[in-house]
Amino acid sequence: MIPEIGQFALILALGLAFIQAIIPLLGALWRRGDLIAIARPAATGQFIFVMAAFIVLCHSFLNNDFSVLYVVTNSNTALPTPYKIAAVWSAHEGSLLLWILILSTWTLAVAVGSRRLPDEFAARVLGVLGIVSVGMLLFTLLTSNPFERIFPSAIEGNDLNPLLQDPGLVMHPPILYAGYVGLAVPFAFAVAALLTGKLSQDWARWTRPWTVSAWMFLTVGIALGSWWAYYELGWGGWWFWDPVENASFMPWLAGTALIHSLAVTERRGIFKSWTILLAITAFSLSLLGTFLVRSGILVSVHAFASDPARGLFILLLLGTITGGSLTLYAFRARHLTVVEGGFRLVSRESFLLMNNILLVVATAAVLFGTLYPLFLDALGMGKISVGPPYFNAVFVIPMLPLAALVGVGMHTSWLRMSGEPLSRRLLFPAGIALIVGLIFPFIVFGQAGALTLIGIVTGLWVIASSLLEPIKRALRKDSAPMPLTRGQWGMYLAHLGVGVFILGATVTSSYTIETDSSAVLGDRWQVGEYELVFRDLRRIEGVNYEATEGEFEVWRDNQLMTILRPQKRIYRVQTSPMTEAAIDVGWGRDLFVALGEPLGAGAWSLRVQIKPLIRFIWLGALIMAFGGLLAVMDPRYRVQRTREQGNLRKKPTKTI
Amino acid sequence: MMWRYLMPLGIFIVLTAFFVKGLSLNPRYVPSPLLGKPAPEFELPRLKDPNSKLGNIDFEGQVALFNVWATWCVGCRQEHSFLVELSQENNIPIYGLNWKDDRDAALDWLSSLGDPYVGSAFDEIGDTAIDWGVYGAPETFLLASDGTVLYKHIAPLTREIWTSEFLPRIIAECGTLPCLELDN
Repeated sequence: MIPEIGQFALILALGLAFIQAIIPLLGALWRRGDLIAIARPAATGQFIFVMAAFIVLCHSFLNNDFSVLYVVTNSNTALPTPYKIAAVWSAHEGSLLLWILILSTWTLAVAVGSRRLPDEFAARVLGVLGIVSVGMLLFTLLTSNPFERIFPSAIEGNDLNPLLQDPGLVMHPPILYAGYVGLAVPFAFAVAALLTGKLSQDWARWTRPWTVSAWMFLTVGIALGSWWAYYELGWGGWWFWDPVENASFMPWLAGTALIHSLAVTERRGIFKSWTILLAITAFSLSLLGTFLVRSGILVSVHAFASDPARGLFILLLLGTITGGSLTLYAFRARHLTVVEGGFRLVSRESFLLMNNILLVVATAAVLFGTLYPLFLDALGMGKISVGPPYFNAVFVIPMLPLAALVGVGMHTSWLRMSGEPLSRRLLFPAGIALIVGLIFPFIVFGQAGALTLIGIVTGLWVIASSLLEPIKRALRKDSAPMPLTRGQWGMYLAHLGVGVFILGATVTSSYTIETDSSAVLGDRWQVGEYELVFRDLRRIEGVNYEATEGEFEVWRDNQLMTILRPQKRIYRVQTSPMTEAAIDVGWGRDLFVALGEPLGAGAWSLRVQIKPLIRFIWLGALIMAFGGLLAVMDPRYRVQRTREQGNLRKKPTKTI
Repeated sequence: MMWRYLMPLGIFIVLTAFFVKGLSLNPRYVPSPLLGKPAPEFELPRLKDPNSKLGNIDFEGQVALFNVWATWCVGCRQEHSFLVELSQENNIPIYGLNWKDDRDAALDWLSSLGDPYVGSAFDEIGDTAIDWGVYGAPETFLLASDGTVLYKHIAPLTREIWTSEFLPRIIAECGTLPCLELDN
């Protein structure tokens, strides 16, 4: 009975989504306050029913309700409780429900947070979000119902895919989805602006915090995914340019471009139609990702069980939402660009313009590489797969100049030319980056290639340049020109994160030591500066798995550093072997040991890696996200509200 | 100036056309480069009698199936009963390539599960499988009477696949059904 309640709640949510999609938009068109007023209650109601459906599905998992097909295929009585919750979004149907829950949560947040916006505009935004919601709810109910029953019910479930039984995977999907579903909000703002036919600088100020919030989640989500792949897949890599990874990365790139272009639109009132196009693109790339992952159109290591009927449905959805908004863009966008102010070559505007061009080039390159196999196949020109060499090259080419420019760009001012003092100010960080970057690799690692040096210098340059203003203010508190706003702090921090990331990525990919060897009990051998001893091998009984655990002592300079215990697990239900790498984590380097296959006669194949600065990759991403958080908290985004509320209090008669 | 704003829509429409086409393609389907070409030469000891050989000569002059199998392969166990049925239903000879296997285990397998094969070659090192471009067991090749490869199926053979992929090709090759009819 309870699963039916969940399904019924979803149907009610669909009804409310229809109301939210149609009535407020008509109300805004006809200027009818009573119709406009329906937007917020409809959004709230929809959230409540989607939440109810989600809770029901969680309930079915927690109570091992094996009459529900989705529970049977993804859970088991022996599955630990936290993973039973994670199993809710571990496969297609449930993750779609999570997608919808997150969309309705963002919608609710917009409904609550948009009270300072003109009612008509807020109604349009909520209406557009309603349209997206209708599409996704229809998709779930028609093709992917998570509440489908089986009769007779199963006695035991097939268990959660062992790869997903991991703390990283409990958090990764919700945060990632919060990111790319969150891009629906700037998208809705953009479409609402096109519908209104007006785009003020206020519009950009309203849109910015939503965009940055979504971007923040996306950043953390992608970093979590990369971290999980690193320790769980057992290969020691952190990015594979897999179509599914690219699917989350393309919206990030477009979203990053959008954040920067919004800054220009807010401050200077230019780049308007471009900003709108980016907002549409960013969310469309999210939907495209959903399509690529769930349609089976591309080969990927972590695609969902795919189904062409589902693919067709998402394609229809993509066609409606993206095609519709781009058509609207084609007819309305030129009315937005009334005055385009000019700007000098050395100004904040021109640097942000270059930022946008380079980020869009990178997005297009990743998109092209991801879809290239499909293009060739569709044209009957053969089957190929595009590998990391292509992506590394086409990604680094636009990103390197971007990183070099960012160090200058953040110190430029709006509008005016400030050539001479700028170069004098930047001499110091540039000098530090060059000196440290050219000497440090030789001292620490003994050798360095040209590309490695360029990468390290660039990373240090971005770091030094980001720290310039904060350090200046810390050193001379009294004579500092102006305290930094939270927005500026956010910008410097986010860029610092970029620098830290570049440094980590360069050093890790240049100086990783990788060995694949075989060893028997008692063996000792040297990897880099460490000596490993294969001490012990034993059987471990886990809750729902059995494991072979190796014990390795790590020695350096005749001192025992640590003991690592990598495991090879066999999960009882799905009987697929899983590699649990053991990692000695450090700021300077990670020592990574993964147990391979038994080679007979007591020998095991082993993968040992020393990965310098790999933590900087995820640390950089976290710093970027934290910068975003600071920027969102800038009081500038709230000043307007209190001023308007003040006005309301003064003239109550006019607002009623 | 309008075209500037229409361009994104145009790009999107082109992309969508590819996606529509892509939905009907299977990216995992990799055709064998051997299709339409003579089957690679080989000669290996027979599984049941190491002293006698099995090779291309044995296939000559008949439409035949060549099935790659091993006792360690779960998919092979899955398709085995269908292979046995198939061998009783018609007179298309099924030859086996016992791939990287243990001879005793393989003989055990055949005596307990039934032997659908006219003969199995014992490919201990796996050289022949490499020549034939085997990705993983089970794989089944359809060979024409002149020794060319007509079709290759990766994954367990089922009746659906037999009816939809193999039968039409066999009929096209033999004209009517002479090579399918049982001798008795």
